[in-house]
Amino acid sequence: MAKERLIVVGNGMAGCRAVQEVLKRDPGRYEITIFGAEPRVNYDRIMLSPVLAGEKTFADIVINDEAWYRDNAITLHAGRAVQAIDRQARIVSAEGGLEVGYDRLIMATGSDPIRLPLPGGDLQGVVTFRDLDDVEAMVAASAQTGARAVVIGGGLLGIEAAYGLVRRGMAATVVHLVDVLMERQLDASAGFLLADALAGKGVATELGAVSEEIVGVDGRVAGLKLKDGRTLPCDLLVMAVGIRPNTSLAKAAGLEVGRGLIVDDQMRTSDPRISAVGECVEHRGQCYGLVAPIWEMCKALAAGLTDTAGAYEGSVLSTRLKVSGVDVFSAGKFAGGEGCEDIVFRDAGRGVYKRVVIEDGKVAGAVLFGDAADGAWYFDLMRQSAEVADIRETLIFGQTATEGLRGLDPSAAVAALADDAEVCGCNGVCKGAITGAIVAQGLSTLDEVKAVTKASASCGSCTPLVEKLLMLTLGDGFKAQTGPKPVCGCTRHGHAEARRRIVAESLKSMPAVMQALEWSTPDGCASCRPALNYYLICAWPGEYRDDKQSRFINERVHANIQKDGTYSVVPRMWGGMTNSDELRAIADVVDKFKIPSVKVTGGQRIDLLGVQKDDLPAVWADLNAAGMVSGHAYAKGLRTVKTCVGTDWCRFGTQDSTGLGVRLEKFMWGSWTPAKVKLGVSGCPRNCAEATCKDIGVICVDSGYEIHVGGAAGLHIQGTELLTKVATEEEAIWTICAVTQAYREEGWYLERIYKWMARVGLDSIRAQVEDPQVRRALYDRFAYSQRFFRIDPWAERVAGRHSDEFTPLSRRMEFEPA
Amino acid sequence: MNALVKDPIAWTDVGAVTDIPLRGARRVPTPGGNVAIFRTGDGLVFALKDACPHKGGPLSQGIIHGHAVTCPLHAWSIDLATGEPMGADRGKGCAPVVPLEVREGRLFLGRT
Repeated sequence: MAKERLIVVGNGMAGCRAVQEVLKRDPGRYEITIFGAEPRVNYDRIMLSPVLAGEKTFADIVINDEAWYRDNAITLHAGRAVQAIDRQARIVSAEGGLEVGYDRLIMATGSDPIRLPLPGGDLQGVVTFRDLDDVEAMVAASAQTGARAVVIGGGLLGIEAAYGLVRRGMAATVVHLVDVLMERQLDASAGFLLADALAGKGVATELGAVSEEIVGVDGRVAGLKLKDGRTLPCDLLVMAVGIRPNTSLAKAAGLEVGRGLIVDDQMRTSDPRISAVGECVEHRGQCYGLVAPIWEMCKALAAGLTDTAGAYEGSVLSTRLKVSGVDVFSAGKFAGGEGCEDIVFRDAGRGVYKRVVIEDGKVAGAVLFGDAADGAWYFDLMRQSAEVADIRETLIFGQTATEGLRGLDPSAAVAALADDAEVCGCNGVCKGAITGAIVAQGLSTLDEVKAVTKASASCGSCTPLVEKLLMLTLGDGFKAQTGPKPVCGCTRHGHAEARRRIVAESLKSMPAVMQALEWSTPDGCASCRPALNYYLICAWPGEYRDDKQSRFINERVHANIQKDGTYSVVPRMWGGMTNSDELRAIADVVDKFKIPSVKVTGGQRIDLLGVQKDDLPAVWADLNAAGMVSGHAYAKGLRTVKTCVGTDWCRFGTQDSTGLGVRLEKFMWGSWTPAKVKLGVSGCPRNCAEATCKDIGVICVDSGYEIHVGGAAGLHIQGTELLTKVATEEEAIWTICAVTQAYREEGWYLERIYKWMARVGLDSIRAQVEDPQVRRALYDRFAYSQRFFRIDPWAERVAGRHSDEFTPLSRRMEFEPA
Repeated sequence: MNALVKDPIAWTDVGAVTDIPLRGARRVPTPGGNVAIFRTGDGLVFALKDACPHKGGPLSQGIIHGHAVTCPLHAWSIDLATGEPMGADRGKGCAPVVPLEVREGRLFLGRT
């Protein structure tokens, strides 16, 4: 009996693997013909990245060489794309008029790279990254000295392309639409680490960048213009923005096509003689671009073609990759989701980040960066839907740590550990070394153990284990230590440590701080985020970009939220001075926006209460038009400078207290501080401006200016203490700015000046401001920071900045029936 | 989503997912009061009635962290998935969950 004829359209990984699976099951059954559009044998497309990087050659990545086709009596038509399928006659026709009949047909046409429809997309030097021809074009471009590449797309392919080009000596930048690299595989923290690792390897990244146009000179690519107006110059532009199932042939043949070529669990298309596998396929609504599910599909397909049992039921995906030399793993709901909990582990020393997502007591997903060794284990737990409540405490430390301790209560588990069990992974310290040192050297505290053995001296994640060992070894002789109070439940570090390391280690972004200090949550909480945002602003005034989402609502909308969700608006009145124009403008605003309450504040200004959020920008626009700016009555920053009328009017006034107050306010407004700062300037010791209960107060006397600090008149009432006395108004300003800057740099978030003073001591503050050089340096740092922050936030919002904050997302449901 | 949520009788397209900043929220006025739609740091979206179970504070104005929001009025933390207060305030009421679907990057809010 003549053999059945099997034709495979596609000589790629899926097509050839399907043939291998068929041959494995029934080697003699079919007469096999393979058509390939590329003029070469079957190769491993995944390994194109190392070929681009110059780490492998084409010969290294061939999966099946010519001998394989010959030995299995397979006819290969390489370089001959199939042009049509006649399903009635069961004939395929290919380039060059070749026609071949079939009994069974496998479609393995793979996918096409997506080309963005950008202007300039047809310029020379614009390529995709899909096949060997693309790689050869990129290698040729990299041969020019000083050549630059831009890669659009921060997925795996784009990153690999950029990394390969850098290895070839090009400068390369990855431009990614989203804020997170590889966002389908990584969460924001891991994406940040990847960007950081890439920077270390010379690959630049532009995140959240929208491509607008490819700019050309003489028909060749010269740069990529971004929507923000910048142009990134380049000699090569790689589009690596994704793939799309290649279904054109199937569609022309009248097969059922959705996003991909639709198949059942036996990989059959709508024509029972035609099956399909690989990236061209849509199975149960899913298209796959990874190799593992495709191998599973090939098995099901081969089973169907050889009348053996087997079905493809979809894949639970996990990704384990080495991205440009870094181990990465992700699976399942790695980014969490409704009803999920996170367990996060960070080891800054090794650049490791792990996040395991738990849902209903089971592992629902994981993302691992820098150490992916336990990926397979988490993936197994996930697929088996194993209950993990019992191993939750050690789950994040991986399989070895967990299975060694399973079923024991924590203390017994520690007691049961073998002496050579590793306790501190960072420094490679085993249990025996720790207990040995405790006994031999009489150690009794965690710090001593750290100092002697290095255990728990790096990431600190084994601290509970080390403490248990101390407890076990010493019995009642051990007392747990109490360190500084942590910033919040997301970290074990206190404010001082966070501030110190932000500066010492040049940490300039929130993810950088959270990684370096091993935060235990993915993106902090409502306590730590505002604190870190302030510390970063204070440390890097010209560089750090304020994170609006880490600010309390009042600082985000530049007004004070009231109990009913409306806002109060307080325009600045410099030194408490106003005039008829300002008052008239305020009165007009009150009428126009029907503002229900107007109140004079204790800080010598006027509060407009009950403003609707949507009205805020319009209210500000009107106040701005009359020359008024935000009073920052909402800010952890400079609020008011209260003054008396001083020598202008008062018969007792000794100095121009109003003038000094106005000068101070005009210089210091807009500055951010750990907590609110209120100033007062009184023109004589009668102290009508109540300066001695302000954060910083000035009492003018005949011979000069007394500077007082550390007053409070809220929950806590406290008079100021005299800091120093100066002779001139100039010196008074220098001193006040210097003390403010010292407070900005040393204060903990939400710590008022009086608390800071109690903590560091008045003498230490005085020593700083009475040393002319230190005072000058503090003043200069304050003045530098003010270059960026002495800006009216109202005017910025009126001009349209963050306008989405003030308008509803949609008004389409406003008047619908309830 | 949540057993307490009734089947919506109608869906309304209220905008794109990307109209909401990461770790941000936007409001949608409805005849029954504002609905808050939240977008968390990992890109998920949730919808709750924009009123804290404590004193009715506008949750859309809070700080979003993990899958929780902290109310701007008295700093209660609310679980975005269930609308229930977390920590010490657990069990003290609930901000009702509003049906929300994402279809091809658009947000559809359900009316029940």
